[in-house]
Amino acid sequence: MKILVNGERREVASTTLDAALVELGYSAALVATAVDGDFVPASARGICRLDENSAIEILAPMKGG
Amino acid sequence: MLVYGTALHSRLLLGTALYPSPDVLADAVRASGTELVTVSLRRESAGMRAGQAFWTLIQGLGVRVLPNTAGCHSVREAVTTAQMAREVFATDWVKLEVIGEGDTLAPDVFGLVEAARILTDDGFKVFPYTTEDLVVAERLLRAGCEVLMPWGAPIGSGKGLNNPFGLRAMRAHFPDVPLVVDAGIGLPSHAAAAMELGYDAVLINTAVAQAGDPAAMAHAFRLAVEAGYAARLADPMEPRDMASPSTPVLGQAMLA
Repeated sequence: MKILVNGERREVASTTLDAALVELGYSAALVATAVDGDFVPASARGICRLDENSAIEILAPMKGG
Repeated sequence: MLVYGTALHSRLLLGTALYPSPDVLADAVRASGTELVTVSLRRESAGMRAGQAFWTLIQGLGVRVLPNTAGCHSVREAVTTAQMAREVFATDWVKLEVIGEGDTLAPDVFGLVEAARILTDDGFKVFPYTTEDLVVAERLLRAGCEVLMPWGAPIGSGKGLNNPFGLRAMRAHFPDVPLVVDAGIGLPSHAAAAMELGYDAVLINTAVAQAGDPAAMAHAFRLAVEAGYAARLADPMEPRDMASPSTPVLGQAMLA
């Protein structure tokens, strides 16, 4: 199905967030996730189901002021 | 300075953005003597893993981090970003920014108070980037904030303390609340002035990062903050409108 990953349209076979992260190449990455604007803790990624057009944000530490 | 039960010995907080290189950032952090640096969250690409490299660098500096919600223009964005930052950085401290106006990067103080309440109810230790408005400050404290961070001038402007009257009033109005001037400081003299007003700390980023020699400027800010704080403790004189001789008049020779 098609989903949005950090603003880019991607095709994934996975139907849960944790599987999608692995499929997209984020295995073991230090990231935080949100789906459709809601924070999804790492502990809940396995039960977070993705739908067609789900918008995933995958964020990591960055410099800031 | 005691914030949320944690003692900070350095009164200089440092941002980590806009440095020419990671090495220059590391040198500046060390030269500043800071114990607390601000960090952020941004989109991570699967291949680059830039976030991991940055986080490894920061962890190697042995400082505490204050994640920000920079760039957030709504309560929902700021709250979600804070939640994500808490998980990634493993801290419940957050520099809460809810930006209301693009040209000045002025806070949306209504959204700020609302987001502060949501986050403190959720266990966050909120450091709100606010204006010097006393009514907003009171609402932020009532929302559970135990520290306030009024701006000196628009973010990145280097203008210094635009409203010293307002900042002085805030200090007088909340004598026991830790107050940090955040944003707008461009020179060490601005930082010293903030400390002389009685502020507990200053947060600097652009003025150090964009200096010709960031580490040297970080050191200059360290000295300025220490000088301003020492001056405040020494109880500065009140300015006068008229001259007043400092050399005794008594015993002066009549030579005219």
